[in-house]
Amino acid sequence: MVEMNMIKALNSALEVQLTKDKNVVIFGEDVGFFGGVFRVTDGLQEKFGEHRVFDSPLAEGGIAAIAMGMGLNGLRPVAEIQFADYIFPAYDQIVNEIAKVRHRSGGEFTAPLTFRTPAGGGIKGGHHHSQSPEAQFTHTPGLKVVYCSNPYNAKGLLTAAIECNDPVIFFEPKRCYRGPFYGDPHNVPTWAGHPDSDVPEEHFTVPLEQARIVREGSACTVIAWGTMVHVSEQAIKDSGIDCELIDLQTLVPWDRDTVVNSIKKTGRCVIVHEAPKTSGFGAEMSASIQERCFYHLEAPITRVTGWDTPFPHTTEWDYIPSPARIAEAIKKTQEE
Amino acid sequence: MTERVTATTKPYTIGRPPFRPGEDADFGGKFSEQPGDLNRPDPASCTAQDTVPHASGLIRVLDDNGVASGEWNPMLDAETLIQGLEYMMRLRIFDDRMMKMQRTGKLSFYMRSFGEEAIAIAQTMALETQDWIFPSYRQPGAQFVRGRDMVSMICHCIGNTEDNVKGRQMPVHYTWKPGRFISISSPVGTQFSQAVGVAMASAYKGDDEVCISWLGDGTSAQGDYHYALNFASTFKPPVILNVVNNQWAISTHANLATGGRTFAERGLAYDIPSMRVDGNDFLALYSVTKWARLRAAAGLGATHIEVYTYRAGAHSSSDDSSAYRPKDEFKQWPGGDPILRLKEHLIKAELWDEQRHVELAKKIDEEVMTSYKAACEFGDLASGPYPPASTIFTEVYETVPWHVQEQREELGK
Repeated sequence: MVEMNMIKALNSALEVQLTKDKNVVIFGEDVGFFGGVFRVTDGLQEKFGEHRVFDSPLAEGGIAAIAMGMGLNGLRPVAEIQFADYIFPAYDQIVNEIAKVRHRSGGEFTAPLTFRTPAGGGIKGGHHHSQSPEAQFTHTPGLKVVYCSNPYNAKGLLTAAIECNDPVIFFEPKRCYRGPFYGDPHNVPTWAGHPDSDVPEEHFTVPLEQARIVREGSACTVIAWGTMVHVSEQAIKDSGIDCELIDLQTLVPWDRDTVVNSIKKTGRCVIVHEAPKTSGFGAEMSASIQERCFYHLEAPITRVTGWDTPFPHTTEWDYIPSPARIAEAIKKTQEE
Repeated sequence: MTERVTATTKPYTIGRPPFRPGEDADFGGKFSEQPGDLNRPDPASCTAQDTVPHASGLIRVLDDNGVASGEWNPMLDAETLIQGLEYMMRLRIFDDRMMKMQRTGKLSFYMRSFGEEAIAIAQTMALETQDWIFPSYRQPGAQFVRGRDMVSMICHCIGNTEDNVKGRQMPVHYTWKPGRFISISSPVGTQFSQAVGVAMASAYKGDDEVCISWLGDGTSAQGDYHYALNFASTFKPPVILNVVNNQWAISTHANLATGGRTFAERGLAYDIPSMRVDGNDFLALYSVTKWARLRAAAGLGATHIEVYTYRAGAHSSSDDSSAYRPKDEFKQWPGGDPILRLKEHLIKAELWDEQRHVELAKKIDEEVMTSYKAACEFGDLASGPYPPASTIFTEVYETVPWHVQEQREELGK
């Protein structure tokens, strides 16, 4: 075990894959010589050569299509989309082509590939460097959707994603690259000393499709992913209520059993995500949970989300779900 | 100039920039192209074929000694030239101050136009005030030409209560309707095709309007660039489409953005007259843009222009360019400094002198500082006041729908 921040952990996952599998190639905007605008691919070009780790032209639609072509022909590309907000020029290729190729070819062709992309707010990035568009992809059959939250699961999940034979959209909460974020922009710890910053240097996976129980509790189940895992942890502390916190980790296919079992125990549920509420992934979970837990529920399932508006710049702390909003929702579940 | 390896070729070609950190950035001295090399075709009859030499050459007016010559010399009067110099100086001084503000935590982010000041300024000066501007990141200078007050620009960059876009966008994403100046989007390139649509609407309505847009060498890899050229070729609306080839897209050199020779030549395949112009030559930029506007206004359609220049600063306040290119590379750029080149020309023509230059720079700097202080009266980054949180919910739709209204009430601000 070595102490790593999320950037180092992702870098380590990529390095292990490049070493292990000669068919792994990495490309994207500024990922080569410069090592990525967030430094996730730092040093990899130097170590593995320009043909395995390279800068692509600035064209996300092209990056997606090239990755698919490489995947079709036996490579295992890991492409970076510099910000999740920039993924939409690639949306047609991802939704209509990459997601459907296995099915549409009668299983004859597949394109295993991973798109890594930094997502979420909290860096004063305005509406084009802050969005969390996971629901745009969970609504697309054929894609696996993963959202890491700490150095340990970042490495383990990315490794599993790269080794997965289905296309994976891998979201990295950029706010947590260098430290967990507990909802207070004036208090920004690093990962140093955090238990999830102990990461094996060697190969390991965190299996896709498994949620992680961050904290056990009996009064309410709180479900979150990405940065919101840490904000929810703070909110639970602030609320003084004995909540069970679940880090969903993989959104498609999500770990329904873990979630349902928890809610059967607690009878209450709060779902937290940064993305807007309407058609957010919380809506899907809420519907599925009531189908299975209706007779166990002691209170309505509540969502605490970003607003149904574009992500703002100056007022971002009024947009991102805060510990106060989440704690309020948790308390409310106890009143019913 | 020694031949340099700018690509590895096996198993497939990977482009390389000419120089990396630690190497000697030697561009071989001066441009071989000279003013007078290229003719100025009749804008009323010029075809794409007539511009084959212009798309592979380099249109220049100012030579390396500040002397203007050739058919492209726009023969501007002293007042216009001095005005152009003043705008460029204003932009550089403004940028330097704003970057210092960013470095001391007074702005969250900043981008300079350093080394590229001539582009937006000369090109906007060559247009009419009713013409539309769809900029890329390094054309905020067009707003000076259109008369935007610096206080208003700084209020946007701070995101305070007087920011006309209400703190919704990152700094430098200026929008300013009175100047027909519409914000760039960070997912770059989208404006290029939109500009063609604006021009089609102008044509449809019969208005004497031209639309100009810019994007970078890197961004020209996006589909939006190619859509724009194809629609412009097909419908021939009054639009001027510029690729600013400043060599760098963050850390990615133009050699990795295209395997082609010049960016200008791409326009020829779309049958659009295409020009390659020295982007640090105020006079050449002005002249080529004026020519393109003549064609557009006459109903002859688009002109495609490669503006050949160098991004002298880092991409933004978020990157350190010495990590991917030699520190002093910009000093070696054969195109020199656009401000110094016009200054030298004016001094040679006895229209300007060192003392006036120093005095003007001092006056502008004082104006910038006064403007910054005036802007902070409406809120600074550290302590506000900021636009109220209610601005999150307004102008998402024409009227606030019930579900957004409920959320606004939930926030309670």
